[in-house]
Amino acid sequence: MNYLWGGMIVIGVIYGAVTGRLDAVTDQALSSAKEAVTLCITMAGVMAFWVGIMRIAERAGMVEQAARKLNPLMSFLFPSVPKASAARTYMATNMVANFLGLGWAATPAGLSAMKELKKLDAEHGRATDAMCDFLILNISSLQLIPVNIIAYRSQYGSVNPAAIVGPAIIATAISTGVAVLFIKLRHLCSIRKWKRIH
Amino acid sequence: MKVILYLSEAIIPFLVLYIVGTGLSRRQQVYEDFLDGAKSGVRTVIEIMPTLIGLMVAVGILRASGFLDFVSGLLGKAMEYTGFPAELLPIAIVKMFSSSAATGLLLDLYKTHGTDSYVGIAASIMLSSTETIFYTMSIYFMSVKVKKTRYTLAGALVATVAGILASLFLTGLCASG
Repeated sequence: MNYLWGGMIVIGVIYGAVTGRLDAVTDQALSSAKEAVTLCITMAGVMAFWVGIMRIAERAGMVEQAARKLNPLMSFLFPSVPKASAARTYMATNMVANFLGLGWAATPAGLSAMKELKKLDAEHGRATDAMCDFLILNISSLQLIPVNIIAYRSQYGSVNPAAIVGPAIIATAISTGVAVLFIKLRHLCSIRKWKRIH
Repeated sequence: MKVILYLSEAIIPFLVLYIVGTGLSRRQQVYEDFLDGAKSGVRTVIEIMPTLIGLMVAVGILRASGFLDFVSGLLGKAMEYTGFPAELLPIAIVKMFSSSAATGLLLDLYKTHGTDSYVGIAASIMLSSTETIFYTMSIYFMSVKVKKTRYTLAGALVATVAGILASLFLTGLCASG
C-alpha cells in the first residue's frame, strides 16, 4: 500500500510535468480532497442507518441463530473439522457476518476460526485443507447488500443506486458457487490419490 | 430481468422490516440499539476519511496528468481481442490488492462514465462480488503464522475471476433487457 500510493503520486506528478498539465494536477488534487469529504458526509448517513439496523439484528441474536442453522452446511464444506471443534462455530459466524456485511464482526470470528483450525493440526507453518477451503470461501465473498457501493452511487447521481443489488447477489453467488465447486473437486481428487497410495 | 429488478427494489425495505420486527417481537430496545449502531457507523466513516482523501487525491493526480488515459489506451489495444472492457481492467486488478484503492478508481469511473453507464454498473457489481485476495490472505495466514498457503491463492483466483465474468455478463443482460 505504501509503494502503491507513493507510486501513484510520483508517477502522476512526473507524467503531468512531462505532458505540461501541472496546473490541472494541482486543481485536481485540491478538488479531489474536497470531494472525498463531501462523499464521507453522504457515507456517514448511509452507514449510520445501516449499521444501526444491523446492530438491532445482532442484539436480537440473529447472527448466532443463523450460524447454528449452518451446521449441516459446515459438515459438508469442512468434513475434516470435528463437530465438537469451536472452529466450526467461528467459521459459521464469520460467514453469516460477511453475508450481512458486518465486517467488524466477521474478521475477529474469522481469525479465531484460524486459531482453532491450527490447534487441530500438529504440523505448523503449513496451511491445512480446512484453512485453505475456509479462506477460499471467505474471499469469494457472499454478500447480501453492498451498502457502501450503494452510498457511492447515490453520491454520484445514480437514478437508482440500489439497482445493482439483485445482479450483485447473483454475481456473488456465482463466485461463491465456483469456490464451493473448486473445494469439492479438490476433495474428490485427494480422496482418489489417497486410495491409490493405500 | 423483472425479478432481478424487483429483488433490488424490495430486498432492503423487507430486510429492515424483518430485523426491526424481530427485535420488537423480542421486546428489545430497538431504538437504543439503532442509535448505538448508528454511532459506530459514523465513527467508521470518520476513521476511513483520511484514507479516502489520500486515495482520491492520488487517483485525481493520475487522472489529471493524463496517465490513466495513457494506461487505458495501452490496455485497450491489448484487450481488444478478448472483448474485456479496457476501462475495467485496472479496477479488477487493483481490487485484489486493496479495497480502498479500488474505491478510488470506482469513483473516478463514476465521474468519467456515469454511475448508470455500462462501465459504472459493471464496476459496481464487480466490487460488490469480489474480495481483496492478497490482503485477506496475508491477514488471516499471518495471524496463525502460516507460510505455506498451498492452493488457497489458486482457488481464490478462480472464484474471483468467475465473479468478474459474472458481473460483466449480468451487466450486459441488464443493459439489453
